Amino acid sequence: MSTIELKAVKKSWGNTLALKDVSFIAPEGDFLVLLGPSGCGKSTTLRLIAGLETVTAGRILIAGEDVTAKSPSERHISMVFQSYALFPHLNVAENIAFGLKVRKVPVDERKTRLGRVAELVGLAGLMDRKPAQLSGGQRQRVALARAIVAENHICLMDEPLSNLDAQLRHEMRVEIRDLQKRLGMTVVYVTHDQTEAMSMADKVILMRDGKIEQEGTPDELYSTPATTFVARFIGNPPMNVLTLTDGPDGGVLEGAESYLSWKQCGAGQVIGVRPEDIDVSETGVPAELISADYLGADSIVTARMGSQSVVVRMPGRFQVRDGERVNLKWSNEATHIFDAKTGHRVEP
Amino acid sequence: MPSQNVRVHVYGWLLLMPAAILLIAFTHFPTVATLVQSLFTTGTATRPAAFVGAENYQIMLEDDVFWQVVQNNIWYAVGTIPVSIAIAILMAVWVNARLPARGLVRMAYFTPTVLPMIAVANIWLFFYTPDIGLIDQVVSLFGGGSHNWLGDPDTVLGCIIVITIWKEAGFFMIFYLAALQSLPPELEEAAHLEGASRWYYFRRVTFPLLMPTTLFVLINAVINSFKLVDQLFILTKGGPDNASSLLLYYIYEVAFSFFDEAYAATLTVVLLAVLAVISVGQFLLLDKRIHYR
Ligand SMILES: Nc1ncnc2c1ncn2[C@@H]1O[C@H](COP(=O)(O)OP(=O)(O)OP(=O)(O)O)[C@@H](O)[C@H]1O
Ligand SMILES: [Mg+2]
Repeated sequence: MSTIELKAVKKSWGNTLALKDVSFIAPEGDFLVLLGPSGCGKSTTLRLIAGLETVTAGRILIAGEDVTAKSPSERHISMVFQSYALFPHLNVAENIAFGLKVRKVPVDERKTRLGRVAELVGLAGLMDRKPAQLSGGQRQRVALARAIVAENHICLMDEPLSNLDAQLRHEMRVEIRDLQKRLGMTVVYVTHDQTEAMSMADKVILMRDGKIEQEGTPDELYSTPATTFVARFIGNPPMNVLTLTDGPDGGVLEGAESYLSWKQCGAGQVIGVRPEDIDVSETGVPAELISADYLGADSIVTARMGSQSVVVRMPGRFQVRDGERVNLKWSNEATHIFDAKTGHRVEP
Repeated sequence: MPSQNVRVHVYGWLLLMPAAILLIAFTHFPTVATLVQSLFTTGTATRPAAFVGAENYQIMLEDDVFWQVVQNNIWYAVGTIPVSIAIAILMAVWVNARLPARGLVRMAYFTPTVLPMIAVANIWLFFYTPDIGLIDQVVSLFGGGSHNWLGDPDTVLGCIIVITIWKEAGFFMIFYLAALQSLPPELEEAAHLEGASRWYYFRRVTFPLLMPTTLFVLINAVINSFKLVDQLFILTKGGPDNASSLLLYYIYEVAFSFFDEAYAATLTVVLLAVLAVISVGQFLLLDKRIHYR
């Protein structure tokens, strides 16, 4: 009933091609996250779904119905804007009920729905305030309430948390996810923050340069990245990407040829290893420690392995003495192999 | 510590001085001098000015021409202000939209503002001239007779009002245009998503958000309705029979044609008082309603 489907959607402005052939399905009740670096076309995709822009090619279906040519209001979609788009001269109650008033919902019903939503997002005491008299988090809640009160089954959100501080962002993340589940909404959520995507999404669509790079659950993106781009975009700090060269028994690390080797691999390929999958041990590739950033629960250690530098996540506080040498080891399951040229994953 | 304090004060006053000197010399002093002058008779070579108290004001209240001029000025204000503001908003919304060649359209609307009022009056003379003027030529096409637009007491003020609107609307449009461009486009998008029509959005969002601009424009328009009299010099000289004379033009006549300085000062004081009352009133009345931040 509220499935969103994009079929080969393209969007261009003059010569700039913002979206090149984007297709995906957001199943009913799913929390779908559009993730990607700045300028990759996330907002454009969202605005196309909302009908605020028209597609150059392709089709958009909502609940199985072709809405490509329909106006925004005919699509029955709510949207939370990055800037919140609250009306500065209206108070909180008027802002939330704006759409109800436009659609001439009777006053009684308007009141009950307003009360219910205000309760839901925790704004009950602030109904008479103007947006300028609210904190960032409260404004965000008003925007959310305005989207919810319409009782549409689809809600689009464009980086709604980017103006909030880390603490509030975390709280709102939990709240939004909770609300979405309770109301059974289909949400398409845009962010460039991979932590946000990983923690909220049922499904993540990672975009790059107007194309979908990979789509899947957060776990799939983390454990089987399809390209080096995905590998380095998901996870923090990003995955180490190390260059291979030909050895006697397969691929070996460039600059540290005499230690590990991978069969059926060689020059023209790279391996990826996540910092959290690397351990210090007796055996393994010798490495020189360079520096450590202490983060509280763990430390991010930078080391040099032959000619290549790697990042390792160590539990607790890790002290680096100048020029200290250790051996680094990781399992075969933690090794991802990619083609160096195309960046695509090579299944062993 | 006290000496430090004094130094700061001296420094502050020194910074204020250039502006203060200019203001006092060219605004405050003449105002007070005018007020004083309005309490004396006009001095001549043989008879120096004598203090007469409110006598000049008494004369003014009994002056038929004064009342006619005041009445004209009220009609002039009523005729020009709402219409030019409405047209300005309309044009601003229209040229703010994504239309082809909007730069050209904007410039076209702004042109009347750039022209000096004297030049504007000359252009409109070409419209209003009996028989050979554009209006009469068009009217005669449809079988109408000729009409002396500026010579008829019934039409002359209307003609002056039309010219002023034509000149002012473009100027006010610029302010509205600037205000419109500062409104975030997401507001309109959010409203459209909710199903609001363009008219509904204008009525409920754009117009209220333009209120600060409207206040500014309104004050300017009111002041202009007392100030903008250049066209009278070219077109009518206040005639016929004072039918198009306005307060400021009357002051000019009294001072420089009749050389009655005391009476001109009296009229000037009245003009200043009217302007002061209007501005203060507007601020007090409208300020509360429009400042939503
Ligand atoms: N109205 C427009 N006219 C021309 N080009 C545009 C327009 N809107 C977006 N673009 C271009 O389309 C591309 C994608 O823009 P989009 O806003 O979708 O990026 P984004 O992924 O949302 O980035 P961000 O994370 O910075 O918000 C960009 O290269 C941008 O320059
Ligand atoms: Mg964006």
